[in-house]
Amino acid sequence: MIMENSTVERSRGKDGLLDELSQVEEEASRAIARATSSKALAEAATLVLGKRSALSAIHREVASLEPEERKEVGQRLNEVRERLDELVTQKREVLSAREREEQIEAERMDLTEITPSLLRGHLHLVTLTQMELEDVFVGMGYQVAEGPEVETDWYNFEALNMPPDHPARGMWDTFYLDAGEPESVLLRTHTSPVQIRLMLEGRLPIYAVAPGKCYRRDTADARHIPVFHQIEGLVVDEGITFGDLAGTIETFTTAYFGPQIHSRLRPSYFPFTEPSAEFEITCTICTGRGCRTCSDTGWVELGGCGMVDPAVFSAVGIDSERWSGFAFGFGIERCAQMRHQIADLRALIENDIRFLEQF
Amino acid sequence: MRVPLSWLKDFAPFNDDVTLLTDTLNDLGLVVEGVEKLGEGLEDVVVATVLEIHPIKGADKIRRVLVDTGSGSQEVVCGAWNFETGDVVPLAKVGARLPGGFEISSRKLKGVVSNGMLCSGKELGLSEDASGIMVLSKDSTARESRMVPGTPLREALGIEKDVVFDISVDVNRPDALSISGIARDLAAKLHLPFTLEFPQLHESLPSSIELTTLDLQAPDLCDRILTKVLIGVRVAPSPQWMARRLLLAGMRPINNVVDVSNYVMLELGQPTHPYDLDLLGGGGLQVRRAHPGEKLRTLDGVERTLGRVDHPRLGEKPESRVVDDCVIADATGRVVGIGGLMGGADTEISPSTSRVLIEAAHFAPMAIARTAKRLGLRTEASVRFERGCDPEGIDRAVARFCSLLASISGPELVIAAGVVERRSRPLEPTVLSLRPARVNAILGTSLTSVDMASLLEPIGFQVSEADGDGQLQVTVPTFRPDCTREIDVIEEIARHLGYENIQRTRPVPKSSIGRISSYQRERRKAREVLSGLGASEAWTSSFLAPEDHLAVGLEKDAVRVSNPMTRDESVLRMSLLPGLLRALRYNLTRRLGSIRLFEVGNVFFPAPDGSIPLEREQLAALFSKDGDGARAAVEATLVLIEALGLEGVSLVADQLPGMHPTRGARIVDARGARLGVVGEVDPMVLSRFDMPIKERRIGFFEVDLAALLSTERRTRLAREVSRFPSTDIDLAFVVNEDIPAATVGAVLRREAGELLESIELFDVYRGVGIRPGSRSLTFRLRFAANDRTLTDSEVAALRQRLIAKTEAEVGAQLRS
Repeated sequence: MIMENSTVERSRGKDGLLDELSQVEEEASRAIARATSSKALAEAATLVLGKRSALSAIHREVASLEPEERKEVGQRLNEVRERLDELVTQKREVLSAREREEQIEAERMDLTEITPSLLRGHLHLVTLTQMELEDVFVGMGYQVAEGPEVETDWYNFEALNMPPDHPARGMWDTFYLDAGEPESVLLRTHTSPVQIRLMLEGRLPIYAVAPGKCYRRDTADARHIPVFHQIEGLVVDEGITFGDLAGTIETFTTAYFGPQIHSRLRPSYFPFTEPSAEFEITCTICTGRGCRTCSDTGWVELGGCGMVDPAVFSAVGIDSERWSGFAFGFGIERCAQMRHQIADLRALIENDIRFLEQF
Repeated sequence: MRVPLSWLKDFAPFNDDVTLLTDTLNDLGLVVEGVEKLGEGLEDVVVATVLEIHPIKGADKIRRVLVDTGSGSQEVVCGAWNFETGDVVPLAKVGARLPGGFEISSRKLKGVVSNGMLCSGKELGLSEDASGIMVLSKDSTARESRMVPGTPLREALGIEKDVVFDISVDVNRPDALSISGIARDLAAKLHLPFTLEFPQLHESLPSSIELTTLDLQAPDLCDRILTKVLIGVRVAPSPQWMARRLLLAGMRPINNVVDVSNYVMLELGQPTHPYDLDLLGGGGLQVRRAHPGEKLRTLDGVERTLGRVDHPRLGEKPESRVVDDCVIADATGRVVGIGGLMGGADTEISPSTSRVLIEAAHFAPMAIARTAKRLGLRTEASVRFERGCDPEGIDRAVARFCSLLASISGPELVIAAGVVERRSRPLEPTVLSLRPARVNAILGTSLTSVDMASLLEPIGFQVSEADGDGQLQVTVPTFRPDCTREIDVIEEIARHLGYENIQRTRPVPKSSIGRISSYQRERRKAREVLSGLGASEAWTSSFLAPEDHLAVGLEKDAVRVSNPMTRDESVLRMSLLPGLLRALRYNLTRRLGSIRLFEVGNVFFPAPDGSIPLEREQLAALFSKDGDGARAAVEATLVLIEALGLEGVSLVADQLPGMHPTRGARIVDARGARLGVVGEVDPMVLSRFDMPIKERRIGFFEVDLAALLSTERRTRLAREVSRFPSTDIDLAFVVNEDIPAATVGAVLRREAGELLESIELFDVYRGVGIRPGSRSLTFRLRFAANDRTLTDSEVAALRQRLIAKTEAEVGAQLRS
């Protein structure tokens, strides 16, 4: 084959060209079939169909033929070109499919070999619980307030209707700090001082919860830790009633613990509320059927609550004839303990990563 | 307070429905913490005598025992070895159901049929002893008639069926520190008649006033005192029924005189104190302030110093701490008791006592509380006085003491007529105005005045209508000194109405919405960022040992706890680092050291003027994954800053307490104010905390959260993205080691101007070709304009300016 011939050889005539076309067609077909890669195919295609191919040479010769012959040879030429194009296309599809298959196979991965090099960290269970509680109350229209952990006797006790030597002070074992007069500065024993701070700000009405750390001088055991978290609620508005308190506790209980968990109030005593109540919720372990956790009563204690005592209103300068309110408080750890069945609260302060990573 | 049902029944006809009684008590706020059912499960347990004991073939732990059951002999198999032939023991017959619910059936053990079971005290619910069979008597021949075989065990031991409620009484319910007070509340709620009679006494001359003197010298500490004399007293053990009631109520019987005093206190809530009149100097009593330093050996054998603090605070003179203690002295002035707390050992009732002076008083609650707290002496009496006794209940208590002692004594007992009384002020009953509308406004109820009266009257309040204005006048019973205000009466109404009978409603704020503050939202975000970086949240103690601060290089004084639990928890933390290092060590020793931890918590500093300590919330993180170190800490800090959108926050190399001296930096705001620290923990600190792994590098940062979150923020306006091709300029400079990369970057950033899209330090190189003491920093700056493609000449000019300025300002040299 004279495929690289660029000069036009004259007068092969119609028949000569037709013969040559057949020959070229056959040769080219074989060349295409021989290609074993896309790259080789592309080279072969250039060789048989490109500007320098025998086919192009024949094309140029066609111009010198008589019109009659030109038509016939031209037609045949187009047929051959189309057929070769078709062959290249088919071959290309076959080859690229095979090449893709080979590549895909070469890139095979066992995705189960993979373990993350950076695991996410975990928020502390107390944080998660606190955030969820906050969100429940935010949904009920409350703000989230905060206050200092170091308090004065006045905020922690006196303004809450517990003057010095009040017997109720014995309900809390207090850590005092070396500052100011002896036993005048302390670590708050409850979040209730935040109530006082909120009311002193004087922006009424108040619908707020105050979560935070509290300190009591108790030896740590499975149910107590000396540093713990409480969430306090305070509502002060016109016309607030004990019925509002009971309804609010019920709404919260069902929202946080689930529709099958309800609340009930039992008379109790706190110096800063009157009437006061302890609130209990349906035992989350047995949902009220009775079990060891709830001593077969179907109820477990969660926290304390009551109507804000007029003495507290008077300490913060709020007119208790016009405004009334309620307050409630309970342990955040206790909520977490009930929901996650934590046998020993000390697990929360050990910081064992195996515990932290469960939540 | 332990309350036997049988005792409650002295005052009202309660039935035996323990569940109803328990629920009602709870609904009244008299929380039942436990219910003990006595004598239950002993119906089919009888007294039996051991006749023979035989071994069982093939068994070395159990024996065959033949017992006399009163109606013939019976064989049982028993695993206990603490009894012998002739002993009297309890036998649970087949079919018996023991207090724990265990049912006795006929069983075959090693071929021997056991028809019943010999029981231990624990199995019978009578004691905690489970070590062997409860041997009732060692000698069946000299046995008491009650120990005849076949006698029901309950009868033999005198165990009556009873129920004891263990009730927790709130501090505002002094009336409920008595059986009668609880009965009154319970009867009212159950609509049962309540009776508490005033005892009638058969008195004789001489009268008490002829036999004794009484002098009230401290009317502010004791406003009323009463004494009365009993002659011909024979001190002896109390009768069985009284001893039993005292035991059920949790008090140990001592002798008839003391027991009657205790019995009256439990029943009526009023403590009384019996003295041996013949041991009282001058035959009478004085109530006065203790002389500073005066001493008394109390009934418990402890010598106590009164009128003065034994351990004054440092630098104070003992005399400067004189305190008010109320004491009872005899007529010669010798102290014989601490008022309201405990009597003296010298004048206590003894077997030789024959004349008894019974004393009952009303002490100032606060004074009792102070003395009790200071002496660390809480007694049944002090608890009642602290909370407030009935000042008019004294007469009844004295009368009850006399009548009860008379009822258990022979005819030789003579009750001297009359009483000796001193009081500092007449009692005026508390009368309160109650507005029915106010009651309903507080409770959310719609009760009528009649409803209110019908709830209050059964518990001793007298209610009458004032003239015309709808207000009620409520006279508070003297046994309710806690009720001093309208709201206290409202609480009583609510309590007896039942909290469950109040309609539940829910208030919705009308003028505000619920939300967390932006600080709280951003603090949540900070937590999420750190957990996204693989750090888990720890919660470490706010308390530290003083050395912990020194160990991390903090030498300032920390806030000290006045009454710490232990020395290791005696100061408040000034940094979160010690706690996090402890948490890390905890995990390292459990082979779990490849972790990252963070904490959000308060730190505390003494106020410069010694007043209220300062506190602030900090965020700290510890990076201890394999390969962590300063880099991880800085990366996390930068991610946090970016996530919060803070502007102008940068790092300034510094030597900081606890941090690696050449791998630490201050985190500062745009004005250079310190926000926190970042870097690597000093290896010396790690060794001070006994970190079990030496090679590990620990990255750390700690920031003042409030300061961090109050720094400037980058604009929140959207910046348009260029639609034209961008151009990069790569510049490598050789820079002296003492010039921070951040300084070079800042010059480039400033000179690059508004066309700068991004700047990245993408290579740092030290080594061949770079002179010692310096390193090569390669920056890539990407430029684009929003309105055109930058021209080559523009870019070339920019490049020239960047090089010139950087070389000039930081002494950098362009690396060729």
